[in-house]
Amino acid sequence: MMRAFVFRFKKNPELYIGILITVFVIVLILAGILFSPYDPDEMDAGAKFAGVSSSHIMGCDNFGRDLFTRLTSGAATTLLVALGTIAIGVGVGTVIGAFTGYYGGAVDEVLMRFNDAVLAFPSILLALVFISIFGSGTWKVIISLGIVFVPSFARIVRSEFMRCKNLDYVRSARLMGAKDLRIMFVHILPNTLTVLMPSTVIGFNNAVLAEASMSFLGIGVQPPQSSLGRMLSDAQAFLFMSPAYAVCTGCTIALIVLGFSLLGDGLKKNA
Amino acid sequence: MKTILKKAASFIMTVLLVTLFVFIAFDLIPGDAATNRLGINATPEALERLREEMGLTKPFFVRYFSWLASFFFGDMGISYSYGVSVRSMLASKLPITVTLTVMSFIMIVILSIPIGLYTSKYEDRAASKAVDILGQITMSIPPFFLGILITYVFGMIFKVFTPGGFVSYDINFGKFLGYLVFPSIAIALPKAAMSTKLLKSSILSERKLDYVRTAYSRGNSTMDVLYKHVLKNAIIPVITFLGMTLADIVAGSLVIEQVFSIPGYGRLLISSIANRDYPVVQAIIAIIAMIVIIINTLVDTTYKVLDPRLRGS
Amino acid sequence: MIKRKIVTLAMCVTLIPAVALSACSGDKGDESSKIVVGIPQDLEDSLDPHEAVAAGTKEILFNVYEGLLKPDETGNLVPAVAKEYSVSDDGLVYSFVLRDGVKFHNGKEVTAEDVKYSIEKSAGMTGAESLIAPFSNIKEVNVISKDQIDIVLEESDIDFPAYIANLNASIIPKSNNKPSTNPIGTGPYMYVSRSPQENIILKKFDSYWGTPANIENVTLKVIPNADSIVMNLNGGAVDMFARLTVTQTKQLAKNFNILEGEMNLVQAVYLNHAVKPFDNVDVCRALSYAVDVDNVLEMTSDGKGFPVGSSMFPAFKKYYVDLSDSYPTDMEKAKELLAEAGYPDGFKFSITVPSNYQPHIEAAQVISQQLKQIGVTADIKLVEWNTWLSDVYAGRNYEATLIGVDAASLTATAMLDRFVSDAPNNFTNYNNSEYDELYKKVYTAKTDDERIEIYKELQKNLADNAANIYIQDMAEFVALSDKYDGYVFYPMYIQDLAKIRLKDQ
Repeated sequence: MMRAFVFRFKKNPELYIGILITVFVIVLILAGILFSPYDPDEMDAGAKFAGVSSSHIMGCDNFGRDLFTRLTSGAATTLLVALGTIAIGVGVGTVIGAFTGYYGGAVDEVLMRFNDAVLAFPSILLALVFISIFGSGTWKVIISLGIVFVPSFARIVRSEFMRCKNLDYVRSARLMGAKDLRIMFVHILPNTLTVLMPSTVIGFNNAVLAEASMSFLGIGVQPPQSSLGRMLSDAQAFLFMSPAYAVCTGCTIALIVLGFSLLGDGLKKNA
Repeated sequence: MKTILKKAASFIMTVLLVTLFVFIAFDLIPGDAATNRLGINATPEALERLREEMGLTKPFFVRYFSWLASFFFGDMGISYSYGVSVRSMLASKLPITVTLTVMSFIMIVILSIPIGLYTSKYEDRAASKAVDILGQITMSIPPFFLGILITYVFGMIFKVFTPGGFVSYDINFGKFLGYLVFPSIAIALPKAAMSTKLLKSSILSERKLDYVRTAYSRGNSTMDVLYKHVLKNAIIPVITFLGMTLADIVAGSLVIEQVFSIPGYGRLLISSIANRDYPVVQAIIAIIAMIVIIINTLVDTTYKVLDPRLRGS
Repeated sequence: MIKRKIVTLAMCVTLIPAVALSACSGDKGDESSKIVVGIPQDLEDSLDPHEAVAAGTKEILFNVYEGLLKPDETGNLVPAVAKEYSVSDDGLVYSFVLRDGVKFHNGKEVTAEDVKYSIEKSAGMTGAESLIAPFSNIKEVNVISKDQIDIVLEESDIDFPAYIANLNASIIPKSNNKPSTNPIGTGPYMYVSRSPQENIILKKFDSYWGTPANIENVTLKVIPNADSIVMNLNGGAVDMFARLTVTQTKQLAKNFNILEGEMNLVQAVYLNHAVKPFDNVDVCRALSYAVDVDNVLEMTSDGKGFPVGSSMFPAFKKYYVDLSDSYPTDMEKAKELLAEAGYPDGFKFSITVPSNYQPHIEAAQVISQQLKQIGVTADIKLVEWNTWLSDVYAGRNYEATLIGVDAASLTATAMLDRFVSDAPNNFTNYNNSEYDELYKKVYTAKTDDERIEIYKELQKNLADNAANIYIQDMAEFVALSDKYDGYVFYPMYIQDLAKIRLKDQ
């Protein structure tokens, strides 16, 4: 049993380390949400910048809010935003990329021009437009970031489809009378996964970071709700006074991203 | 000839689309140049008069087409915020943005391609693993925070440069280049890590394909196979990525510009959006769009050169 | 092997110039005195004094332009381009005698024609929009002689000299047709050049009529990112920065002197009285009882700041009456009042806050937390400044907003006129007939004392009716490198650079 595990671990360490980190993060988040005695938004004037102690295991922020509780609830928000964004970006991007790459022609031309236009369009202006239409808040951040992420995935998938559509296996599938949709999503799509997978992981990283940048510009998640991005941009103001705040938040972001990247790599290796 | 015409047509179409988007966006977001000009002195009547004076009350398409017509003839209008011609303003900032972009792009290429080749060739070495982990960590730091960290370490501790000590290129070109080194590193590091990772993964997946095995079995050396066959195919997604990255740096270095106090296009864009100075926003976005499209066209062309399978289509 | 070398080489190539260049950057051979002043935003509205809107722009242009009168650091009006002035008995004609030998930065002397042109332009009589609303009261501007000018009003206005001292009424040469890109004034500093989003360069004006500036060259450096300010100061790129937060000052190196003053504004949660439930005075009072101002100060600025209870800040000594104790924190009373008003279980509203100013965002978070205790949910909604201007200020489409309101001129009315029910700038839709009646008396008052008494009554009216949840006049911190001294605080938004000097000067 043990030996079998060691063998499997050695064969694909990324997968297991990735799982370990991700599970660790999720357990922490759950622990924070379920067992922390503090409300993430609860302020305490006496505990401003309190250091590490048995009552505050990571210390407190500038409002005396328990850092651990805020980090866990912030991580939950950030995960939600990043996953939502990626789901929209990959989902819509793959469909657009598949059709344009496979069929080419006028549809490809028009959609790619739209794509270029969106790529060239500053995401901040786009975010402002969305927020003025929908109002601000977590779900709006997900939708506007999701739309921003579509074109880059569409391009990647498109170039893969263009590469694959004339390969032998596709030709033979076509000769056997397979329908276009089947060729696209049953035959070609799995073969694009090797490229799509790392891009998705990179995209996930970018979504976490984009959430941070939007909060940095004040148009992301609204305070007092915590998100890792918002907390990191808040923490910067105290970098020289309370470096622990920034380091803890930065490490949490790094840990999440690292866990997911390794998981992605491992899954790919297994596939 | 036909392809060139087609390219030109799609080029124009995209620029039209982008500028139209910007106009629509400015119509949708609250506030305009008039509210910005009057601030808290605004009364409804004064706003209305000022809008009239600024030509903001004209119908949407009249405004769009009159802007488009002047832009076509090289007149980008006058900035509401600065009262000077947008063209001269952008011309004076162009060297800053171009230098920053080129510098960071060179760093990305110089770092990622050799490292990507190394780590994929010696996949199991400790050095490769270390590079992988380092890359992962670099990618997971938000750019503005990386900028702050670099400023803190190199500016405050080692005092290699003065934070905020930007010198314009027309005053001292050497100092100008020197100041841009660290911002470029801040832009390049995460992108280089991504591109390394992408190169590695696409080399590895390419190596599994039949033709590579055949090449090996024919007795070709590892190096030979890697350079002659694998790299040629594996580089394609990397080029897509680098192309996108280049466009991304042009459009997206604004956070780094904020952190390092560099007055380039990004900062001008942010402040102009905030001030509803749409002639400036229009011009910058139109320029960025053109650059993005040119890069994408180059990327497409490179595919066809590198991948003979695509030439037929 | 080769590859590794390439990498090392690449790193050397990129690092060497930085090291080499920074090594030789220590040249301080400049013989003239200079200072680099950081500013949080570029002067983006206009360099034309008659078009400058942002407080950040006006406080800098104070060094370049002057009016017939100008404010001094005690809040009094002192003659500037004018030597003296007199008022006719009916209060309708103001005669200004011009000072001899006042020169514009282009070397030309100020003439009565220039003054007439400037006042008319500033009053919107020549087309452009006037930024001083009370100037619509000007009937005509007459050149009496080469050194006297008369301004005739429609109705008498005791505050007229204060408007004349507003930066928006500065004197500029008639011959200059591009004041927004080629600013020419009479102030102690003259404009040299600018680079958008980078800097603005000023130089001492040698032919200034009054006490000349001490420092030869001033560079105003734009640093929009709040987190870079501390590093730019500590790294030595910037010598001075005004309006820092307590947190920022705590992180500064030892070679900075931190000067503490007041911001001269009223920070409050301004309530829109046209929307429910803020049309009910009990609700407003309940919220005022629930907000613990001392706690807000403790949380956001280590207790620094001056609690206020009405729309007037302490620097207006003549008019100010301390009402900060009107609503001592009392959660029980707050709940009672809410129940009486028909909200026993509290209610929900949103506080709109401009996203460009961190101290307001922080205060909003603390207040939102405090209101939870009486069952009131206050969501925070961050909006961009221009969205705020258009939706909240001009559109009055909001429930509550947390901002700081300052005085456009050195007059009590600048703080109080916006609460008259039909005032165009009454963005809180405050509608109180008692207040309106009182305010009318300002214009019929015979003596200064009588008028001051009315101003105090007006403040009490706002406090009694809990027009807004008043918080504080915020503490202002200025960091000045210990190479310099001479910084002075003004009772309004002004950075007087001319008084700053090198210590050994």
